[in-house]
Amino acid sequence: MKTNDVILQTTSKVVFFIIILFAIHLFFAGHYHPGGGFVGGLMTSGALVLLLLAFDIKTVAKGFPIDYKILIGIGLLFAIGTAAGALVFNVPFFTHVFGDVYLPIFGETSLHTAMLFDLGVYLVVIGVTMTIIQTIGESE
Amino acid sequence: MSLLHLAIFSPFLMAIFVPFLYKGLKSIHTGWFVLALPILLFTYFIGFLPITRNNGTVEKSFDWIPSLGIHFTAYVDGLGLLFALLITGIGALVVLYSIFYLSKEKESLHNFYVYLLLFMGAMLGVVLSDNLITLYMFWELTSISSFLLIAYWYDRERSRYGALKSMLLTVFGGLSMLGGILLLSIMGDTFSIRELISQAGELNQHPLFLFALILILLGAFTKSAQFPFYIWLPDAMEAPTPVSAYLHSATMVKAGIYLVARLSPIFAFSSYWFWIVGAIGIFTMFWGSFNAVKQTDLKGILAFSTVSQLGLIMSLLGVGAAALHFDTLNDNIYIAAVIAAVFHLINHATFKGSLFMVVGIVDHETGTRDIRKLGGLLSFMPVTFTIAVIGAFSMAGLPPFNGFLSKEMFFTGMIQLVNLDLFNLETWGMLFPILAWIGSIFTFIYSMMFVFKTFSGKYQPEKLDKKPHEAPVGMLISPIILAFLVVLFGLFPNLLSYSLIQPAAAAIVPSLVGPGELLDVHISHWHGFNPELWMTIGVIAVGTLMYLTLSKWIKLYALFPGKVTLNALYDTSLYAAERGSYTLTKAYMNGFIRTYLVYIFAFFIGILGFTMWTRQALTIDTSNLAPIGVYEIVLVVIITAGIFTILFAKSRLTSIIALGAVGYTVSLFFVIFRAPDLALTQLVIETVSVALFLLCFYHLPKLNRHEERMGFKLGNLIISLGVGAVISLMAISAHSNKMFESIASFYVENTYKEAAGKNMVNVILVDFRGFDTLFEISVLAIAGLGIFGLIKLRLAKKGEEADEN
Repeated sequence: MKTNDVILQTTSKVVFFIIILFAIHLFFAGHYHPGGGFVGGLMTSGALVLLLLAFDIKTVAKGFPIDYKILIGIGLLFAIGTAAGALVFNVPFFTHVFGDVYLPIFGETSLHTAMLFDLGVYLVVIGVTMTIIQTIGESE
Repeated sequence: MSLLHLAIFSPFLMAIFVPFLYKGLKSIHTGWFVLALPILLFTYFIGFLPITRNNGTVEKSFDWIPSLGIHFTAYVDGLGLLFALLITGIGALVVLYSIFYLSKEKESLHNFYVYLLLFMGAMLGVVLSDNLITLYMFWELTSISSFLLIAYWYDRERSRYGALKSMLLTVFGGLSMLGGILLLSIMGDTFSIRELISQAGELNQHPLFLFALILILLGAFTKSAQFPFYIWLPDAMEAPTPVSAYLHSATMVKAGIYLVARLSPIFAFSSYWFWIVGAIGIFTMFWGSFNAVKQTDLKGILAFSTVSQLGLIMSLLGVGAAALHFDTLNDNIYIAAVIAAVFHLINHATFKGSLFMVVGIVDHETGTRDIRKLGGLLSFMPVTFTIAVIGAFSMAGLPPFNGFLSKEMFFTGMIQLVNLDLFNLETWGMLFPILAWIGSIFTFIYSMMFVFKTFSGKYQPEKLDKKPHEAPVGMLISPIILAFLVVLFGLFPNLLSYSLIQPAAAAIVPSLVGPGELLDVHISHWHGFNPELWMTIGVIAVGTLMYLTLSKWIKLYALFPGKVTLNALYDTSLYAAERGSYTLTKAYMNGFIRTYLVYIFAFFIGILGFTMWTRQALTIDTSNLAPIGVYEIVLVVIITAGIFTILFAKSRLTSIIALGAVGYTVSLFFVIFRAPDLALTQLVIETVSVALFLLCFYHLPKLNRHEERMGFKLGNLIISLGVGAVISLMAISAHSNKMFESIASFYVENTYKEAAGKNMVNVILVDFRGFDTLFEISVLAIAGLGIFGLIKLRLAKKGEEADEN
């Protein structure tokens, strides 16, 4: 059965970017406001799922040629790397560092290694959700 | 983190680059890159010699888990350094040898060198750690890398069998050892070996002492292939020959000996230690050599020979424990056994390493290791023959090679036992020298078999796959170096005595060596016509006679029943365990998800309900409840409506959407209770999981509510009501019971101060309870990959079946 979902597809293309931007905002806001890597990752996956619903797996895979399994690995590497990185500086596993740093364009920015860890969470969540959805979706 | 730590970790770091080197530079054998590391490490460790020479030590520490008293303390003393030099020295030779043994076109070299480096690092960690937990971690890592290396040719059934066997036995021992370590730490309140040694006197009186002793010895005996655990070592010979030379003769199997030597100062005062280590060692020495004679595979002979030689060193350490019962060094003749153990450890590494390499050459150039097919290779391989003669004669204990000297010292140690008036030795003590002597005769016989069945006798070209010729020069370098050392140490043993042997022996008996003192380890060739010399002459005479009449009495071995061996015991018990657990699992795993859910929920209701009832935890306190507003009532109505829709829906699609509605309503509750993070997460989770459900929708069978039996429905009803009741009661009780101060105030205070964040939920996730998150995402990753594997596997199978049809 061929369905006509022009309206869904057109809206999804726009809404997708709005959701992604919101997800990135959630990720960065995490330390001070509601949000964080977990929600951000889920939200990003939500945006991708929306595309999956509007189009089909093959089209989306062509648009985002990402192997989500590898994303899981990268995410875990970030998380464990941040935690283990503390050992190099002779402080216990998982010690975080933070401080205010002056960056061009952004100005005075507060940076925190917890964000690197959260980036790991973010990537793992996207990787896992999308891996599961893709494999189940493909297995028809 | 010091240079010493870096040296221990460097093999692991190197291992990361090996696959890239293998992929990127295919034209060069990966071994050449790897070779640089052990050479570098060897020269680095040589640099410690001047320090340990005078019994000095080096210690570098960094905290690993300080709250549990676990530090990574790298500690170099004579004993540790001796092993480190063996590991890196033999390691370099083995890597060099492997370059010519493993072809770069056919073999998956990246796997091989990654495993080998993994082992090298782990082994260095074992011998240079002062903290028992660190030692244990590296210890298990050596078992794992050994497993991987034995199964290197994993398409062979025997390789997998051997790998599994070694893994099961050594990990069993390793776990026992962990138990022993924990008992020691309970007794001494520390994981540091040196601190435990300083408390040795008090530890001896502790009621847990004997348990710790036995558990630790289990670890050492399984690793060092002592009777009755030796059965894994002959099967480990399925590994590539360089691995056998390195792990299964020169280094890894000596980890158990290292452990016994290292912990001797703690345990040696116990008569149990003396008897167990000494008796098991000497019996293993006899049993290994006795069984080696009946082998027809060259590697099989060497495997049993290794078992036997390990037993020899082990028994010397056991006997050497007697030395600690005397306070002074003067007239302390039992120290000779400790010195002999260290000396033989070095000698064994040299001659056995070269012999393994000889077997590798023979195998490589003729295509077989079966002595029934080999013979007359002398004219084809004169160099290999020379090396074999040197190695085997040293193993047999013939002058002028180094094995002769340590064998004499071994006899000395055993004979002196007879005069010892400790531990009731008058009665059974005589058995030690007798078993030692008989074992040595068999050692002599299999050494002769090794040389003469291979290189002399009749050449049988029809039984060989290839036309034999001398090995390439590269393959000969390593065994030649080892054979040269055999001769060198045989002629000038005192090159070693004060540089390596004295510091190592002093580390085994630290209480005897005062500051500034050195043990007397002068080794000489000639002691006059003493009993040891007569024993050696006897070994040669009887051994020669028995070797010449070998064909007449070899049939005696057939008298041993094949069904009561230790191997048969291992196989049947493994089979029984597999069958048993399979039957047991089959009994309750019937493949229906509903059944599993019933188990889970029934346990849930049972355990929680029971606990609440027995603990009388059920309290309902209505004093501090917030007023119920109109929003809450509306939401509850919506949830109830949603739940009933799910229960009575005719199609699955309706159920899924209703379930989504319930989830969204719950997130609205979070909004009302001012928990934006939870609300947000719940909303997104709900969205994604509804989408997932819709995807799975295709694969599920049609919802059918008509054919269900009444009992089935009733069961579901009871369980769901039970779960609902238990959860509600628990939630109410949790609210009503205030057992202690809420932890919330801690987070309110410290979120900004300690972690510089303003969103408490997120700070808890990434910082305060970061470990939880780390493990959660790991579990998530495993689940994701698991689902991928399950579905892809099923699809692949379907594809195969379709092809067949």
